[in-house]
Amino acid sequence: MKPVFMTYTKNDIINFCVLMVLGLVIIPTFIKTEYWYTSILIPWLCLALATIGQQIVMGYTGQLALGAAGFMAAGAFACFNLILRVPELGFFGSLIVSGLIAAAFGILFGLPSLKVRGIYLMVATLASQFFIVWMIDKFGWFKNYDSSGIITAQDIVILGVPFTTPLAMYLIIVFVVTILTLLAMNMARGSTGRNWMAVRDMDIAAESMGVSLLRTKVQAFAISAFYCGVAGALFAFTYLKSLEPVAFDIKLSFKILFMCILGGLGTINGAYIGAAFILLFPVLLNSVGNNVFHGAIDATIISSIEQVIFGLLMIVFMIYEPLGMAKLWETIKQNIRPKLTSLNIKILKSSKVKNPKK
Amino acid sequence: MDGLLFFMEVVVGGLLAGTMYSLVALGFVLIFKASATFNFSQGAMVFFSVLAFCGFMQDFNIPFVLAFIMAALLMVVVGLCTERFVLRPLMNASEDTVLMATIGLGYVLEGLAQAAWGVEVRRLDLGIGDFPVPWIADNLKLFISALDITAGLVAALMIIGLFLLFKYTKIGLGLRAVADDAGAASSIGIPLKHIMLLVWSAAGVVALVAGCMWGARAGVQFALVDLALKALPVLIIGGFSSIPGAIIGGLIIGATEKVLEVYIGPFFGGAIEGWAPYVLAIFFLLYRPEGLFGEKIIRRV
Repeated sequence: MKPVFMTYTKNDIINFCVLMVLGLVIIPTFIKTEYWYTSILIPWLCLALATIGQQIVMGYTGQLALGAAGFMAAGAFACFNLILRVPELGFFGSLIVSGLIAAAFGILFGLPSLKVRGIYLMVATLASQFFIVWMIDKFGWFKNYDSSGIITAQDIVILGVPFTTPLAMYLIIVFVVTILTLLAMNMARGSTGRNWMAVRDMDIAAESMGVSLLRTKVQAFAISAFYCGVAGALFAFTYLKSLEPVAFDIKLSFKILFMCILGGLGTINGAYIGAAFILLFPVLLNSVGNNVFHGAIDATIISSIEQVIFGLLMIVFMIYEPLGMAKLWETIKQNIRPKLTSLNIKILKSSKVKNPKK
Repeated sequence: MDGLLFFMEVVVGGLLAGTMYSLVALGFVLIFKASATFNFSQGAMVFFSVLAFCGFMQDFNIPFVLAFIMAALLMVVVGLCTERFVLRPLMNASEDTVLMATIGLGYVLEGLAQAAWGVEVRRLDLGIGDFPVPWIADNLKLFISALDITAGLVAALMIIGLFLLFKYTKIGLGLRAVADDAGAASSIGIPLKHIMLLVWSAAGVVALVAGCMWGARAGVQFALVDLALKALPVLIIGGFSSIPGAIIGGLIIGATEKVLEVYIGPFFGGAIEGWAPYVLAIFFLLYRPEGLFGEKIIRRV
């Protein structure tokens, strides 16, 4: 089949320009505190990228996978080793190759998806999660025979220029994330995404329409793992600034799953919304705990409450809006827009009525 | 001869440890059998119930038996709330949606348990030691923990009980009817709500028993949730809808992971039991996706 690319509408281009100005001009000029970069913007963008990976396999292709953190670990450690052993590649080269290595794992562990689905597939992908983290932990080579278990990530150097300040790292991430998001959107809109969605909606019907299940599913897993791998490498090099297999445990996989589902399955902007929510909500809850109750509530209780709220939200969304916050946002927009236009018309009318009197 | 004896010991130890997985898997099977729902929160239920049990016993000094009954009643309440607030609104939702909702339910239960009873590891003393039984050690030269044997016996008793319940009682017939076709079952007058409540309560009590066994061995702590995840490969091997399958699957996983760990693990730096069950499950999925005892899944367009 010939690949189809979708052209962008005027609206898309305006949105893109607004976001770029916001990300590259407004945020760097107005936000000067390091905290915002190191604790919020950087992890948000990294996790949003991983969530896009999860979206591709889960939201678009409908395969229940639960191993995003495993692929992130593969990407992070691949990047560490590539920079260490093949310095000629440069940072971006290493980033791409580590994404490809993660994609290879994605293909390997995505193969069971050809035979099974639902929770069966979830168990198969859990294998990737546990296996990859174990493999990195047990073979010293991956960690460069470091005995402490935690390795400091190398500084990011591009063409001899070190990028070590939070702002510089943020700009690198914006660059990578923008390119990958555009690619993901194009894939999702084009023939690739159409195939994914056809498989998601009814795989047997898709197959009878000539969509190759093998190709589509393996492709989705590979691309998903590529995104997770790049996200993992960025996450380790810019946010954690260290590499340890424990950071990529099953809890992170669940977190990304939550970001994906709460954000909205099958949407790219849902990945950003979900990641922002899951990341910011604990910050908010902590500040409420500290400022309103002045530390009267124990930190462990706050984190437990956070967990309860995430769980409850998951249930509530599944019942009332299985398509998540992105859909909610659409609905709100659609409800507000007619009101706004009617408001505009009213204002116009009243001004028109007033004008002739002058 | 020593090698063989050692092998036997590893296998028997693995089999008995496997019954612990079976106990968790049993809860999954119960709910799947009666409602065709994958209850991902079973692991959280194990954690929640046994932490509640410990909390009642240690924080309020309630005697053992009473605390157990209270914890069991609490699980009935949890089942009631789940049925009312999670399952009923999702009656017509797709399998995957319900599965994700149960993941959310698991989060709620984990959070609630930790908010109510704290995050520190609690010791649970059942009065059964986790050390080799002298009589067996002397006569058969096998070192087998008393706790493992108890877990095996408890598992066997529960299986027999549940098997009889499903096979020979009217309730069991109702359960099977609901699992087969909930709509048809309710149209001939089987009270769907009661059945669901019953089955979730039963799964809760099974979770409590499993939690007690795990807690006595590893301490009552959050890691129980991760351990309970291993019930998933057990289910894949045994089949999601089969009670004997849960047992056999647990035994296979338990024995295989121990044998692999002891004989192959050292070549790879150990700790392969963390992922070996899942890889084993993948191989099963490739050759027999419905598991050893499961019903074949037929999908229609």
